[in-house]
Amino acid sequence: MAENLQNMLLEEQEFSINMGPQHPSTHGVLRMVLKLKGETVLEVKPQLGYIHRGIEKMSEKLTYPQIIHLTDRLDYLSAHILNEAVCLTVENALEVEVPERVKYIRTIMDELNRIASHQLWWCAFGMDLGALTTFFYGLRDREKILDIFEESCGARLLLSYNVPGGLMNDIHPNFQKRVKDFLKYFKKKLPEYDALLTGNPIMQQRTKGIGLLTKEQAVAYGVTGPSGRGSGFSCDVRKHQPYSAYSKVNFNEILYTEGDTFARYKVRIDEMWESMSIIEQLIDNIPEGDFAIKMKPIIKLPVGEYYQRVEAARGEFGVFVISDGNKTPYRMKFRSPNFSNLAAINTMAKNQKIADLIAIGGSMDFVIPDMDR
Amino acid sequence: MENEKLKEIVIAYMPVAEVIADKQFLNITVNDDQIHNLAKFLKNSPETCFDYLFCESAIDYNDHFMMVYHLDSTKYRHQIVIKTKITNRETPIVDSVCDIWIGAEYHEREIFDLFGIHFNNHPDLRKIFLDNDWVGFPLRKDYTDFVNIVER
Amino acid sequence: MKEEDFKDNETLELFKKEGGNVLLSTVDAMINWGRSNSIWPLTFATSCCGIEMMAAGASRHDFARFGIEVYRASPRQADVIVIAGTITNKMAPVLKRLYDQMADPKYVIAMGACAVSGGPFFYNSYHVIKGADHVIPVDVYIPGCPPRPEALLYGVMQLQRKIKLETIGKQNDIASDF
Repeated sequence: MAENLQNMLLEEQEFSINMGPQHPSTHGVLRMVLKLKGETVLEVKPQLGYIHRGIEKMSEKLTYPQIIHLTDRLDYLSAHILNEAVCLTVENALEVEVPERVKYIRTIMDELNRIASHQLWWCAFGMDLGALTTFFYGLRDREKILDIFEESCGARLLLSYNVPGGLMNDIHPNFQKRVKDFLKYFKKKLPEYDALLTGNPIMQQRTKGIGLLTKEQAVAYGVTGPSGRGSGFSCDVRKHQPYSAYSKVNFNEILYTEGDTFARYKVRIDEMWESMSIIEQLIDNIPEGDFAIKMKPIIKLPVGEYYQRVEAARGEFGVFVISDGNKTPYRMKFRSPNFSNLAAINTMAKNQKIADLIAIGGSMDFVIPDMDR
Repeated sequence: MENEKLKEIVIAYMPVAEVIADKQFLNITVNDDQIHNLAKFLKNSPETCFDYLFCESAIDYNDHFMMVYHLDSTKYRHQIVIKTKITNRETPIVDSVCDIWIGAEYHEREIFDLFGIHFNNHPDLRKIFLDNDWVGFPLRKDYTDFVNIVER
Repeated sequence: MKEEDFKDNETLELFKKEGGNVLLSTVDAMINWGRSNSIWPLTFATSCCGIEMMAAGASRHDFARFGIEVYRASPRQADVIVIAGTITNKMAPVLKRLYDQMADPKYVIAMGACAVSGGPFFYNSYHVIKGADHVIPVDVYIPGCPPRPEALLYGVMQLQRKIKLETIGKQNDIASDF
């Protein structure tokens, strides 16, 4: 487009090429305008807005339980965690305390959702590098988690299981047995992932030393989640501002200091092990009780501003609500992790090849509707 | 560091700031020409060290705009909120904080696109979500669009 | 076949057997058999429905056994475009351009509530196109948010039934009743 080229000055031997919104490896509709010299990338300019749906403007006309169904569609691979963020905002603003049972179940479903999201990341990352096998292995194991979700909530991907005050329905009586079976099954399969991809010399050469992001750059750009932790930025909201049942479990925050693509890959694989250990600590001790408390039929938050941070699968997600006492919020802002993660891509991809850019984009694990909201 | 000590430090630096503590954070409101100095002080001062800007947003109250910056410190793990009021609704202008926290670049482009607030000294201020020929600023309260929006 | 005769699957099977008011010769039958059993889609997924489309292609609900063997990244080599996800004002010209670049015979499946009619974003959104059929003509609509992979397989089977009723004598005039 002419107006984009005005911002770029091209020298001799340089040319500008469009990696368009419809592309097999961009994980959605992300358009990147690349300035290339041969195969070396000199500059990356992402163009967003191809899935901008105006969710923040829509939220000003919807009640709080209705907004929960829209947040599902933001980062749809961590749908349960984003739903929980809105519910926690409402519950903290009204100062109601949910039963312990709800906290435990929410945490277990969060961690299952995190494992499912990382499984999908693994299969897409392998496909980006050219290894088509990972697609089938990752999705085969992910179907087992989706079966558990379907039995309890009725939905596979966009759960909407949380409501302000608790859960929509109690868990299925088979829930504990199924989760324990899944853990036993997946513990045997996760070393296969290592055997298939991690130790492969081609994969290591393509990812070690590629896409470096130092810790200061990660903090300055606001890169959180596994991408930030691969550079040594300790940003796990579950550790620093615990919510739900995270204060009751012991788990490690995975940090690597190299800051390259391979470090971000290792962080996510190790996070899957940690998530399984969190679920193991909680699954046998779910306390008895109600699955929801009684809230008023029309929820009105008192006047003021409320902010809630949660750890989605890709980084820190924030819900900022400004309420003027009505049943719809005055302004609702979502702090999306992918939006801040994308800002760092120009720094990471400078002077690398186009194939490295694909590997970097795969390791950052973008979900574009979350960026565009 | 507790909110009381943070309040003392901020008042010592800038006595004209309004400091209110709500349930979660300490909120500091300053004029729009002071915001850049306050932000720079909060980042560089070794006692506060707010190096992580985790949310930058704008709110449209019907007669003025309010810019809200949520800051966090990776060293001390305390949070603070700084705000500034922009009273000029025809041409809202405020200083950019991109030279302090580079992650603000995309956030400010989004606010320019959806609210129309112009940022001084921004390296690359252009629209990010909407087309270049889009008329109007959607997130303002007085935005009407009879073509696209189906009202309910 | 006229639109008012396209009633349900049983009527379609009967038409095929008896010849109805559609003339099907052996050449037609062979061409339609070839076309319907090997439809290759274009990789086009904008949002959440894309994940269910990927799940439909994985090992549990394998849709390669229905003829969708591979995804082609280039529109010139693809037969069907499965619009999985919301179409926004900014994405609509891109979709039209992709559709124009596909070679005949081409088909369109609108998957998910957003592509059918705007979905959950119908009210109060300023940037969502209320249905992909405002941009390109659609053959099969699959409702759901997101539709289960089995629903996508059913939609593909409906498209196969629709293809089997075409005839090369009369050109498929897509735009006549659109």
